[in-house]
Amino acid sequence: MSKIAPDRRRLLGQLGAAASLLTLGGCDAFDGVLGVGDPVHNFLRKANVLTREAQRAIQGPAPMAREYPASAIREGQRPNGSTDPQTDDYLAIQKDDFAGYRLQVTGLVDKPLSLSLNELRAMPSRTQITRHDCVEGWSCIAQWTGVQLSRVLDRAGIKPAARYVVFRCYDSMDDTLSDQTLYYESIDLISARHPQTILAYGLNGQALPIANGAPLRVRIEQQLGYKMAKYIRAIEIVDSFAKIAGGNGGYWEDRGYDWYAGS
Amino acid sequence: MTHWVWAVTLFFMVTSGLQIFNAHPILYLGQQSGFGDKQYLGPQAGHGNKQFNNTILDIHAERHEGGIVGVTSILGHDFDTTGLLGMSGSKDQPIYQAFPEWATIPSYFDLATGRVIHFFFAWILVPTWCVWLCASVINGHLWHDIVPKLSDLRLLPGDIISHLRLEFPRKRSYNVLQKLSYAAILILVIPGMILTGLTMSPGVDSAWPWLLDVFGGRQTARLLHFCGMLVIVLFFVVHIVMVIAAGPINEMRSMITGWYRGDDPEAAGGGA
Ligand code: HEM
Repeated sequence: MSKIAPDRRRLLGQLGAAASLLTLGGCDAFDGVLGVGDPVHNFLRKANVLTREAQRAIQGPAPMAREYPASAIREGQRPNGSTDPQTDDYLAIQKDDFAGYRLQVTGLVDKPLSLSLNELRAMPSRTQITRHDCVEGWSCIAQWTGVQLSRVLDRAGIKPAARYVVFRCYDSMDDTLSDQTLYYESIDLISARHPQTILAYGLNGQALPIANGAPLRVRIEQQLGYKMAKYIRAIEIVDSFAKIAGGNGGYWEDRGYDWYAGS
Repeated sequence: MTHWVWAVTLFFMVTSGLQIFNAHPILYLGQQSGFGDKQYLGPQAGHGNKQFNNTILDIHAERHEGGIVGVTSILGHDFDTTGLLGMSGSKDQPIYQAFPEWATIPSYFDLATGRVIHFFFAWILVPTWCVWLCASVINGHLWHDIVPKLSDLRLLPGDIISHLRLEFPRKRSYNVLQKLSYAAILILVIPGMILTGLTMSPGVDSAWPWLLDVFGGRQTARLLHFCGMLVIVLFFVVHIVMVIAAGPINEMRSMITGWYRGDDPEAAGGGA
Protein backbone atom coordinates (compact mmCIF):
# COMPACT_ATOMS: atom_id res chain seq x y z
CA MET A 1 0.00 0.00 0.00
CA SER A 2 1.50 3.30 -1.01
CA LYS A 3 1.46 6.44 1.05
CA ILE A 4 1.49 9.85 -0.52
CA ALA A 5 2.88 12.76 1.44
CA PRO A 6 0.87 15.79 0.40
CA ASP A 7 2.63 18.91 -0.68
CA ARG A 8 3.01 20.70 2.61
CA ARG A 9 2.95 24.15 1.10
CA ARG A 10 -0.33 23.43 -0.60
CA LEU A 11 -1.68 22.14 2.73
CA LEU A 12 -0.88 25.40 4.52
CA GLY A 13 -2.47 27.40 1.74
CA GLN A 14 -5.66 25.41 2.02
CA LEU A 15 -5.69 25.83 5.78
CA GLY A 16 -5.48 29.59 5.35
CA ALA A 17 -8.35 29.54 2.88
CA ALA A 18 -10.49 27.47 5.25
CA ALA A 19 -9.75 29.80 8.15
CA SER A 20 -10.84 32.87 6.20
CA LEU A 21 -14.01 31.09 5.11
CA LEU A 22 -14.87 30.35 8.71
CA THR A 23 -14.48 33.95 9.84
CA LEU A 24 -16.62 35.13 6.94
CA GLY A 25 -19.54 33.05 8.12
CA GLY A 26 -19.89 34.81 11.46
CA CYS A 27 -22.80 33.99 13.70
CA ASP A 28 -24.69 37.21 13.08
CA ALA A 29 -25.96 35.57 9.87
CA PHE A 30 -28.91 34.24 11.89
CA ASP A 31 -29.74 37.36 13.89
CA GLY A 32 -32.54 38.44 11.55
CA VAL A 33 -34.71 35.35 11.92
CA LEU A 34 -34.11 34.03 15.42
CA GLY A 35 -34.99 36.91 17.74
CA VAL A 36 -37.82 36.88 20.27
CA GLY A 37 -41.16 37.05 18.41
CA ASP A 38 -39.77 35.85 15.06
CA PRO A 39 -41.58 32.86 13.53
CA VAL A 40 -38.42 30.73 13.61
CA HIS A 41 -37.99 31.45 17.31
CA ASN A 42 -41.62 30.54 17.93
CA PHE A 43 -41.23 27.31 15.99
CA LEU A 44 -38.09 26.20 17.83
CA ARG A 45 -39.80 27.09 21.09
CA LYS A 46 -42.36 24.33 20.55
CA ALA A 47 -39.71 21.83 21.66
CA ASN A 48 -40.52 23.02 25.18
CA VAL A 49 -43.74 20.95 25.12
CA LEU A 50 -41.65 17.89 24.30
CA THR A 51 -39.30 18.71 27.18
CA ARG A 52 -42.22 19.10 29.60
CA GLU A 53 -43.86 15.84 28.56
CA ALA A 54 -40.56 13.93 28.64
CA GLN A 55 -39.68 15.26 32.07
CA ARG A 56 -43.13 14.49 33.44
CA ALA A 57 -42.85 10.96 32.02
CA ILE A 58 -39.59 10.20 33.81
CA GLN A 59 -40.64 12.05 36.97
CA GLY A 60 -43.60 9.94 37.98
CA PRO A 61 -46.32 11.28 40.29
CA ALA A 62 -44.33 13.10 43.01
CA PRO A 63 -40.68 13.54 42.04
CA MET A 64 -38.86 15.01 45.02
CA ALA A 65 -36.12 17.55 44.47
CA ARG A 66 -33.07 16.73 46.57
CA GLU A 67 -33.19 18.17 50.07
CA TYR A 68 -29.77 19.02 51.51
CA PRO A 69 -28.38 18.94 55.07
CA ALA A 70 -28.07 22.23 56.99
CA SER A 71 -24.29 22.16 56.44
CA ALA A 72 -24.93 22.76 52.71
CA ILE A 73 -26.10 26.33 53.46
CA ARG A 74 -22.85 28.20 52.85
CA GLU A 75 -24.01 31.77 52.14
CA GLY A 76 -27.07 34.02 52.00
CA GLN A 77 -29.61 33.35 49.25
CA ARG A 78 -28.51 35.45 46.29
CA PRO A 79 -31.40 37.71 45.21
CA ASN A 80 -32.09 38.39 41.54
CA GLY A 81 -34.62 40.33 39.45
CA SER A 82 -36.49 42.84 41.60
CA THR A 83 -34.81 43.23 44.98
CA ASP A 84 -36.49 46.36 46.34
CA PRO A 85 -39.86 47.07 44.70
CA GLN A 86 -40.94 50.71 44.59
CA THR A 87 -44.58 50.43 43.48
CA ASP A 88 -46.99 52.43 45.67
CA ASP A 89 -48.95 49.36 46.69
CA TYR A 90 -45.83 47.58 47.80
CA LEU A 91 -44.47 50.53 49.75
CA ALA A 92 -47.85 50.76 51.50
CA ILE A 93 -47.80 47.17 52.82
CA GLN A 94 -44.10 47.40 53.61
CA LYS A 95 -44.65 50.37 55.96
CA ASP A 96 -46.15 48.38 58.83
CA ASP A 97 -43.93 45.38 58.22
CA PHE A 98 -46.64 43.59 56.20
CA ALA A 99 -49.14 43.50 59.09
CA GLY A 100 -51.86 44.70 56.70
CA TYR A 101 -50.88 42.26 53.95
CA ARG A 102 -53.58 39.96 52.58
CA LEU A 103 -53.04 37.19 50.05
CA GLN A 104 -56.00 37.13 47.69
CA VAL A 105 -57.06 33.79 46.21
CA THR A 106 -59.49 34.34 43.35
CA GLY A 107 -60.70 32.99 40.02
CA LEU A 108 -62.11 29.49 39.50
CA VAL A 109 -62.56 28.74 43.19
CA ASP A 110 -65.58 27.81 45.30
CA LYS A 111 -64.63 30.25 48.06
CA PRO A 112 -62.34 33.23 47.37
CA LEU A 113 -59.85 33.77 50.20
CA SER A 114 -58.10 36.73 51.75
CA LEU A 115 -55.37 35.48 54.09
CA SER A 116 -53.12 37.46 56.41
CA LEU A 117 -49.52 36.42 57.06
CA ASN A 118 -50.53 35.16 60.51
CA GLU A 119 -53.27 33.02 59.02
CA LEU A 120 -50.79 31.54 56.55
CA ARG A 121 -48.29 30.90 59.36
CA ALA A 122 -51.02 29.17 61.39
CA MET A 123 -51.49 26.57 58.67
CA PRO A 124 -49.29 23.43 58.77
CA SER A 125 -45.82 24.43 57.56
CA ARG A 126 -43.11 22.73 55.56
CA THR A 127 -39.38 23.49 55.82
CA GLN A 128 -37.01 22.32 53.10
CA ILE A 129 -33.35 22.92 52.29
CA THR A 130 -33.16 22.98 48.51
CA ARG A 131 -31.03 24.22 45.64
CA HIS A 132 -32.18 27.27 43.75
CA ASP A 133 -31.17 27.10 40.07
CA CYS A 134 -31.15 30.41 38.22
CA VAL A 135 -31.78 30.51 34.47
CA GLU A 136 -28.47 32.38 34.20
CA GLY A 137 -26.64 29.28 35.34
CA TRP A 138 -25.77 29.70 39.04
CA SER A 139 -27.14 27.73 42.00
CA CYS A 140 -27.56 28.53 45.70
CA ILE A 141 -28.73 26.30 48.57
CA ALA A 142 -31.03 27.73 51.25
CA GLN A 143 -33.70 26.72 53.75
CA TRP A 144 -37.26 27.72 52.93
CA THR A 145 -40.30 27.64 55.22
CA GLY A 146 -43.90 28.06 54.17
CA VAL A 147 -47.29 26.52 53.63
CA GLN A 148 -47.89 24.02 50.86
CA LEU A 149 -49.76 25.67 47.99
CA SER A 150 -52.01 22.58 47.77
CA ARG A 151 -53.37 23.37 51.26
CA VAL A 152 -54.34 26.88 50.21
CA LEU A 153 -55.92 25.55 47.02
CA ASP A 154 -57.88 22.97 49.01
CA ARG A 155 -59.13 25.60 51.43
CA ALA A 156 -60.41 27.69 48.52
CA GLY A 157 -61.72 24.64 46.67
CA ILE A 158 -60.83 24.80 42.98
CA LYS A 159 -63.43 24.28 40.30
CA PRO A 160 -63.17 21.40 37.77
CA ALA A 161 -62.40 23.81 34.90
CA ALA A 162 -59.23 25.08 36.65
CA ARG A 163 -55.96 24.39 34.82
CA TYR A 164 -53.40 26.96 35.93
CA VAL A 165 -52.38 28.88 39.01
CA VAL A 166 -51.33 32.45 38.23
CA PHE A 167 -49.21 34.47 40.67
CA ARG A 168 -49.82 38.22 40.55
CA CYS A 169 -46.99 40.23 42.04
CA TYR A 170 -46.36 43.67 43.53
CA ASP A 171 -43.12 44.33 41.70
CA SER A 172 -42.64 45.93 38.34
CA MET A 173 -39.44 44.88 36.57
CA ASP A 174 -39.25 47.89 34.28
CA ASP A 175 -40.21 50.54 36.82
CA THR A 176 -42.53 52.20 34.34
CA LEU A 177 -45.34 51.32 36.77
CA SER A 178 -47.82 50.42 34.04
CA ASP A 179 -49.95 47.36 34.67
CA GLN A 180 -48.43 45.54 31.74
CA THR A 181 -45.04 45.19 33.35
CA LEU A 182 -46.07 43.90 36.76
CA TYR A 183 -44.36 40.57 37.37
CA TYR A 184 -46.54 37.50 37.03
CA GLU A 185 -46.05 33.78 36.56
CA SER A 186 -48.14 30.66 36.02
CA ILE A 187 -47.84 26.94 36.70
CA ASP A 188 -50.08 23.98 35.99
CA LEU A 189 -51.86 22.00 38.68
CA ILE A 190 -49.24 19.24 38.65
CA SER A 191 -46.59 21.72 39.79
CA ALA A 192 -49.05 23.53 42.05
CA ARG A 193 -50.02 20.37 43.93
CA HIS A 194 -46.45 19.08 44.33
CA PRO A 195 -45.64 18.52 48.02
CA GLN A 196 -42.49 20.70 47.76
CA THR A 197 -44.35 23.62 46.18
CA ILE A 198 -44.77 26.05 49.05
CA LEU A 199 -45.72 29.67 49.61
CA ALA A 200 -42.63 30.66 51.56
CA TYR A 201 -42.55 33.29 54.31
CA GLY A 202 -39.27 32.17 55.90
CA LEU A 203 -35.70 31.92 54.64
CA ASN A 204 -32.76 30.40 56.53
CA GLY A 205 -34.68 30.52 59.81
CA GLN A 206 -35.73 34.18 59.57
CA ALA A 207 -38.62 36.10 58.10
CA LEU A 208 -38.32 36.28 54.32
CA PRO A 209 -36.22 39.41 53.53
CA ILE A 210 -37.43 42.02 51.05
CA ALA A 211 -34.66 41.20 48.59
CA ASN A 212 -35.88 37.60 48.42
CA GLY A 213 -39.58 38.39 47.98
CA ALA A 214 -41.19 39.43 51.29
CA PRO A 215 -43.78 38.88 52.48
CA LEU A 216 -44.55 35.82 50.35
CA ARG A 217 -42.94 34.00 47.41
CA VAL A 218 -43.45 30.61 45.85
CA ARG A 219 -40.95 27.74 45.69
CA ILE A 220 -41.30 25.31 42.76
CA GLU A 221 -38.36 22.97 43.18
CA GLN A 222 -38.65 21.21 39.79
CA GLN A 223 -38.19 24.44 37.86
CA LEU A 224 -35.86 27.43 37.46
CA GLY A 225 -35.82 30.61 39.52
CA TYR A 226 -37.87 32.82 37.22
CA LYS A 227 -40.94 30.63 37.85
CA MET A 228 -40.75 31.27 41.59
CA ALA A 229 -42.59 34.59 41.76
CA LYS A 230 -41.68 36.93 44.63
CA TYR A 231 -43.81 39.66 46.32
CA ILE A 232 -47.01 37.69 45.65
CA ARG A 233 -50.12 39.79 45.90
CA ALA A 234 -52.78 37.42 44.60
CA ILE A 235 -53.24 33.89 43.36
CA GLU A 236 -55.66 33.51 40.50
CA ILE A 237 -56.97 30.15 39.36
CA VAL A 238 -57.68 30.16 35.61
CA ASP A 239 -58.44 27.83 32.73
CA SER A 240 -56.18 29.77 30.32
CA PHE A 241 -53.56 32.50 30.54
CA ALA A 242 -53.88 33.53 26.90
CA LYS A 243 -55.51 36.85 27.82
CA ILE A 244 -53.09 37.81 30.59
CA ALA A 245 -50.42 40.41 29.63
CA GLY A 246 -48.50 39.06 26.61
CA GLY A 247 -50.38 35.75 26.72
CA ASN A 248 -47.36 33.50 27.28
CA GLY A 249 -47.97 32.77 30.94
CA GLY A 250 -45.32 34.89 32.61
CA TYR A 251 -43.24 38.04 32.61
CA TRP A 252 -40.15 36.29 31.19
CA GLU A 253 -42.22 34.00 28.97
CA ASP A 254 -43.55 37.16 27.29
CA ARG A 255 -39.89 37.99 26.62
CA GLY A 256 -38.99 34.72 24.89
CA TYR A 257 -38.30 32.32 27.76
CA ASP A 258 -39.84 28.85 27.94
CA TRP A 259 -43.07 28.39 29.89
CA TYR A 260 -42.01 25.04 31.31
CA ALA A 261 -38.82 25.93 33.17
CA GLY A 262 -37.68 22.45 34.15
CA SER A 263 -34.49 22.57 32.09
CA MET B 1 -25.66 11.55 5.63
CA THR B 2 -25.77 11.60 9.43
CA HIS B 3 -22.43 13.39 9.16
CA TRP B 4 -24.16 16.63 8.19
CA VAL B 5 -26.84 16.26 10.85
CA TRP B 6 -23.96 16.04 13.33
CA ALA B 7 -22.21 19.04 11.83
CA VAL B 8 -25.27 21.31 11.82
CA THR B 9 -26.44 20.19 15.26
CA LEU B 10 -23.05 20.59 16.91
CA PHE B 11 -22.60 24.01 15.30
CA PHE B 12 -25.83 25.26 16.87
CA MET B 13 -25.17 23.50 20.19
CA VAL B 14 -21.78 25.18 20.57
CA THR B 15 -22.85 28.67 19.50
CA SER B 16 -26.10 28.68 21.51
CA GLY B 17 -24.23 27.11 24.44
CA LEU B 18 -21.75 29.98 24.43
CA GLN B 19 -24.71 32.39 24.38
CA ILE B 20 -26.02 30.65 27.52
CA PHE B 21 -22.59 30.71 29.11
CA ASN B 22 -22.40 34.49 28.62
CA ALA B 23 -25.40 34.98 30.93
CA HIS B 24 -23.22 33.92 33.86
CA PRO B 25 -19.66 33.37 32.64
CA ILE B 26 -18.41 31.79 35.83
CA LEU B 27 -17.92 28.08 36.49
CA TYR B 28 -17.84 26.47 39.93
CA LEU B 29 -17.08 23.12 41.53
CA GLY B 30 -19.81 21.34 43.50
CA GLN B 31 -23.56 21.61 44.02
CA GLN B 32 -23.80 25.40 44.13
CA SER B 33 -22.05 28.68 43.36
CA GLY B 34 -19.84 30.24 46.06
CA PHE B 35 -19.93 33.95 45.42
CA GLY B 36 -16.99 34.79 47.72
CA ASP B 37 -16.88 38.50 48.52
CA LYS B 38 -19.38 39.19 45.72
CA GLN B 39 -22.07 37.38 47.66
CA TYR B 40 -25.22 38.89 49.06
CA LEU B 41 -24.76 40.05 52.65
CA GLY B 42 -28.19 41.45 53.41
CA PRO B 43 -30.32 40.73 56.45
CA GLN B 44 -29.15 37.12 56.44
CA ALA B 45 -25.51 38.08 56.78
CA GLY B 46 -25.29 35.68 59.70
CA HIS B 47 -25.50 32.86 57.19
CA GLY B 48 -22.96 34.43 54.91
CA ASN B 49 -19.50 32.99 54.59
CA LYS B 50 -17.30 35.37 52.67
CA GLN B 51 -14.74 32.62 52.26
CA PHE B 52 -17.07 30.41 50.27
CA ASN B 53 -15.51 30.64 46.87
CA ASN B 54 -15.45 27.57 44.63
CA THR B 55 -14.84 29.41 41.36
CA ILE B 56 -12.84 27.59 38.70
CA LEU B 57 -13.21 29.90 35.71
CA ASP B 58 -14.38 33.51 35.60
CA ILE B 59 -14.47 35.62 32.43
CA HIS B 60 -15.22 39.33 32.90
CA ALA B 61 -14.20 42.90 32.11
CA GLU B 62 -12.22 44.94 34.62
CA ARG B 63 -11.25 48.60 34.92
CA HIS B 64 -7.49 49.02 35.01
CA GLU B 65 -5.39 52.19 35.02
CA GLY B 66 -4.94 52.09 31.27
CA GLY B 67 -8.66 51.47 30.61
CA ILE B 68 -10.99 48.49 30.60
CA VAL B 69 -9.55 45.05 29.87
CA GLY B 70 -11.02 41.59 29.30
CA VAL B 71 -9.88 39.16 31.97
CA THR B 72 -10.02 35.37 32.01
CA SER B 73 -9.38 34.05 35.48
CA ILE B 74 -8.53 30.36 35.84
CA LEU B 75 -8.24 29.06 39.42
CA GLY B 76 -7.49 32.60 40.56
CA HIS B 77 -4.79 33.28 37.94
CA ASP B 78 -5.71 36.24 35.75
CA PHE B 79 -4.94 36.43 32.04
CA ASP B 80 -5.49 39.48 29.86
CA THR B 81 -7.75 38.29 27.03
CA THR B 82 -8.89 41.67 25.69
CA GLY B 83 -10.20 41.37 22.14
CA LEU B 84 -11.33 37.77 22.56
CA LEU B 85 -12.73 36.96 26.01
CA GLY B 86 -14.35 39.36 28.48
CA MET B 87 -14.12 42.32 26.14
CA SER B 88 -14.18 42.37 22.35
CA GLY B 89 -15.44 44.49 19.50
CA SER B 90 -13.68 47.63 18.33
CA LYS B 91 -12.20 50.53 20.32
CA ASP B 92 -15.17 52.76 19.57
CA GLN B 93 -17.72 50.03 20.14
CA PRO B 94 -16.41 47.70 22.82
CA ILE B 95 -18.57 44.69 23.64
CA TYR B 96 -18.58 43.41 27.17
CA GLN B 97 -19.46 39.77 26.61
CA ALA B 98 -17.50 36.77 27.86
CA PHE B 99 -17.46 35.13 24.42
CA PRO B 100 -17.41 37.55 21.47
CA GLU B 101 -20.27 38.22 19.06
CA TRP B 102 -18.88 35.99 16.30
CA ALA B 103 -18.98 32.95 18.58
CA THR B 104 -22.58 33.16 19.81
CA ILE B 105 -26.08 32.84 18.34
CA PRO B 106 -27.68 35.33 18.28
CA SER B 107 -24.58 37.53 18.11
CA TYR B 108 -26.02 40.04 20.63
CA PHE B 109 -26.84 38.96 24.17
CA ASP B 110 -30.17 37.04 24.20
CA LEU B 111 -30.29 34.24 26.75
CA ALA B 112 -33.94 33.37 25.95
CA THR B 113 -33.20 32.66 22.30
CA GLY B 114 -29.94 30.89 23.12
CA ARG B 115 -31.82 28.47 25.36
CA VAL B 116 -34.64 27.93 22.85
CA ILE B 117 -32.08 27.00 20.16
CA HIS B 118 -30.01 24.86 22.54
CA PHE B 119 -32.95 22.73 23.65
CA PHE B 120 -34.40 22.41 20.15
CA PHE B 121 -31.12 21.00 18.86
CA ALA B 122 -30.70 18.87 21.98
CA TRP B 123 -33.89 17.15 20.79
CA ILE B 124 -32.18 16.53 17.42
CA LEU B 125 -28.87 15.48 18.94
CA VAL B 126 -30.19 12.81 21.28
CA PRO B 127 -32.14 10.81 18.63
CA THR B 128 -29.27 11.23 16.15
CA TRP B 129 -26.85 9.73 18.63
CA CYS B 130 -29.24 6.88 19.47
CA VAL B 131 -29.80 6.07 15.80
CA TRP B 132 -26.07 6.22 15.12
CA LEU B 133 -25.36 3.91 18.07
CA CYS B 134 -27.99 1.33 17.12
CA ALA B 135 -27.00 1.35 13.46
CA SER B 136 -23.30 1.05 14.27
CA VAL B 137 -23.86 -1.86 16.60
CA ILE B 138 -26.08 -3.66 14.10
CA ASN B 139 -23.96 -3.14 10.99
CA GLY B 140 -20.67 -3.64 12.80
CA HIS B 141 -19.32 -0.15 12.03
CA LEU B 142 -18.79 0.39 15.75
CA TRP B 143 -16.49 -2.64 16.24
CA HIS B 144 -14.83 -2.65 12.82
CA ASP B 145 -14.15 1.01 12.28
CA ILE B 146 -14.55 2.96 15.52
CA VAL B 147 -13.49 1.02 18.60
CA PRO B 148 -9.69 0.65 18.44
CA LYS B 149 -8.37 -2.90 18.70
CA LEU B 150 -5.19 -4.20 20.28
CA SER B 151 -3.57 -4.62 16.89
CA ASP B 152 -4.46 -1.00 16.14
CA LEU B 153 -2.77 0.21 19.28
CA ARG B 154 0.47 -1.43 18.14
CA LEU B 155 0.33 0.78 15.06
CA LEU B 156 -0.20 3.88 17.19
CA PRO B 157 3.43 5.07 17.53
CA GLY B 158 4.01 4.89 13.81
CA ASP B 159 0.75 6.66 13.17
CA ILE B 160 1.65 9.51 15.50
CA ILE B 161 5.05 9.91 13.87
CA SER B 162 3.63 10.05 10.38
CA HIS B 163 1.04 12.62 11.50
CA LEU B 164 3.75 14.72 13.07
CA ARG B 165 5.62 14.66 9.77
CA LEU B 166 2.42 15.89 8.11
CA GLU B 167 2.13 12.68 6.14
CA PHE B 168 -1.38 11.30 5.95
CA PRO B 169 -1.94 7.75 4.87
CA ARG B 170 -4.79 7.44 2.42
CA LYS B 171 -6.36 4.22 3.45
CA ARG B 172 -9.93 3.15 3.22
CA SER B 173 -10.32 2.31 6.87
CA TYR B 174 -9.82 4.89 9.60
CA ASN B 175 -6.29 5.13 10.95
CA VAL B 176 -5.60 4.61 14.65
CA LEU B 177 -5.58 8.24 15.75
CA GLN B 178 -8.77 8.80 13.80
CA LYS B 179 -10.37 5.80 15.45
CA LEU B 180 -9.33 6.94 18.91
CA SER B 181 -10.70 10.44 18.43
CA TYR B 182 -13.96 9.32 16.85
CA ALA B 183 -14.41 6.78 19.64
CA ALA B 184 -13.73 9.43 22.27
CA ILE B 185 -16.21 11.89 20.77
CA LEU B 186 -19.02 9.48 19.93
CA ILE B 187 -18.81 7.09 22.86
CA LEU B 188 -17.61 9.39 25.67
CA VAL B 189 -18.08 13.09 24.90
CA ILE B 190 -21.52 13.13 23.24
CA PRO B 191 -23.22 10.95 25.88
CA GLY B 192 -21.32 12.93 28.51
CA MET B 193 -22.75 16.17 27.10
CA ILE B 194 -26.25 14.70 27.15
CA LEU B 195 -25.94 13.48 30.74
CA THR B 196 -24.34 16.66 32.11
CA GLY B 197 -26.94 18.68 30.20
CA LEU B 198 -29.69 16.68 31.89
CA THR B 199 -28.02 17.13 35.29
CA MET B 200 -28.31 20.90 34.93
CA SER B 201 -32.10 20.58 34.58
CA PRO B 202 -33.89 20.83 37.93
CA GLY B 203 -36.82 18.84 36.53
CA VAL B 204 -34.55 15.95 35.58
CA ASP B 205 -32.72 16.09 38.92
CA SER B 206 -36.01 15.46 40.70
CA ALA B 207 -36.62 12.37 38.57
CA TRP B 208 -33.04 11.10 38.61
CA PRO B 209 -31.26 12.56 41.66
CA TRP B 210 -28.42 10.06 41.18
CA LEU B 211 -27.20 12.21 38.28
CA LEU B 212 -26.12 14.78 40.88
CA ASP B 213 -23.98 12.11 42.57
CA VAL B 214 -22.50 10.81 39.32
CA PHE B 215 -21.22 14.26 38.35
CA GLY B 216 -20.60 15.69 41.82
CA GLY B 217 -23.27 18.37 41.78
CA ARG B 218 -25.05 20.67 39.37
CA GLN B 219 -22.25 23.20 39.13
CA THR B 220 -19.63 20.51 38.51
CA ALA B 221 -21.90 19.19 35.77
CA ARG B 222 -21.91 22.70 34.24
CA LEU B 223 -18.12 22.79 34.43
CA LEU B 224 -17.84 19.37 32.74
CA HIS B 225 -20.40 20.41 30.12
CA PHE B 226 -18.17 23.37 29.31
CA CYS B 227 -15.04 21.18 29.11
CA GLY B 228 -16.89 18.81 26.78
CA MET B 229 -17.70 21.79 24.56
CA LEU B 230 -13.99 22.66 24.44
CA VAL B 231 -13.14 19.07 23.43
CA ILE B 232 -15.75 19.19 20.65
CA VAL B 233 -14.37 22.49 19.33
CA LEU B 234 -10.82 21.09 19.42
CA PHE B 235 -11.99 17.98 17.60
CA PHE B 236 -13.67 20.16 14.98
CA VAL B 237 -10.52 22.19 14.34
CA VAL B 238 -8.30 19.10 14.02
CA HIS B 239 -10.95 17.39 11.91
CA ILE B 240 -10.98 20.26 9.39
CA VAL B 241 -7.18 20.31 9.25
CA MET B 242 -7.09 16.55 8.61
CA VAL B 243 -9.80 16.64 5.96
CA ILE B 244 -7.89 19.29 4.07
CA ALA B 245 -4.63 17.41 4.50
CA ALA B 246 -6.13 14.17 3.21
CA GLY B 247 -7.53 15.84 0.12
CA PRO B 248 -10.89 17.53 0.35
CA ILE B 249 -12.39 16.15 -2.86
CA ASN B 250 -12.01 12.53 -1.89
CA GLU B 251 -13.16 13.14 1.70
CA MET B 252 -16.21 15.01 0.51
CA ARG B 253 -17.06 12.13 -1.75
CA SER B 254 -16.85 9.71 1.15
CA MET B 255 -18.84 11.94 3.48
CA ILE B 256 -21.62 12.45 1.00
CA THR B 257 -21.73 9.06 -0.67
CA GLY B 258 -20.09 6.94 2.00
CA TRP B 259 -17.35 5.80 -0.45
CA TYR B 260 -13.72 6.64 0.03
CA ARG B 261 -11.26 6.02 -2.81
CA GLY B 262 -8.02 4.62 -1.43
CA ASP B 263 -4.64 4.85 -3.12
CA ASP B 264 -4.67 1.09 -3.35
CA PRO B 265 -6.79 0.43 -6.46
CA GLU B 266 -7.78 -3.10 -5.46
CA ALA B 267 -9.11 -1.91 -2.13
CA ALA B 268 -11.70 0.44 -3.62
CA GLY B 269 -15.06 -0.42 -2.15
CA GLY B 270 -17.69 0.14 0.51
CA GLY B 271 -17.09 2.77 3.16
CA ALA B 272 -18.82 4.00 6.26
C1 HEM C 1 -23.05 18.12 22.40
C2 HEM C 1 -23.25 19.34 22.21
C3 HEM C 1 -23.43 20.38 23.29
C4 HEM C 1 -22.64 21.45 23.47
C5 HEM C 1 -21.38 21.81 22.67
C6 HEM C 1 -23.17 22.21 24.58
C7 HEM C 1 -22.62 23.39 25.07
C8 HEM C 1 -23.14 24.11 26.13
C9 HEM C 1 -22.53 25.28 26.72
C10 HEM C 1 -21.19 25.88 26.28
C11 HEM C 1 -23.34 25.72 27.71
C12 HEM C 1 -23.13 26.92 28.63
C13 HEM C 1 -22.93 26.47 30.06
C14 HEM C 1 -21.66 25.69 30.21
O1 HEM C 1 -20.63 26.20 29.77
O2 HEM C 1 -21.71 24.57 30.71
C15 HEM C 1 -24.48 24.86 27.76
C16 HEM C 1 -25.53 24.98 28.64
C17 HEM C 1 -26.55 24.06 28.78
N1 HEM C 1 -26.69 22.89 28.07
FE1 HEM C 1 -25.51 22.25 26.57
N2 HEM C 1 -24.29 21.58 25.05
C18 HEM C 1 -24.48 20.43 24.31
C19 HEM C 1 -25.48 19.50 24.48
C20 HEM C 1 -26.50 19.59 25.41
C21 HEM C 1 -27.56 18.62 25.56
C22 HEM C 1 -27.74 17.36 24.72
C23 HEM C 1 -28.36 19.06 26.58
C24 HEM C 1 -29.60 18.45 27.17
C25 HEM C 1 -29.76 17.20 27.37
C26 HEM C 1 -27.79 20.31 27.07
C27 HEM C 1 -28.33 21.06 28.11
C28 HEM C 1 -27.81 22.25 28.54
C29 HEM C 1 -28.41 23.03 29.62
C30 HEM C 1 -29.64 22.66 30.44
C31 HEM C 1 -27.62 24.18 29.74
C32 HEM C 1 -27.89 25.36 30.67
C33 HEM C 1 -27.05 25.33 31.88
C34 HEM C 1 -27.02 26.64 32.56
O3 HEM C 1 -28.01 27.00 33.19
O4 HEM C 1 -26.00 27.32 32.44
N3 HEM C 1 -26.66 20.60 26.34
N4 HEM C 1 -24.34 23.88 26.78
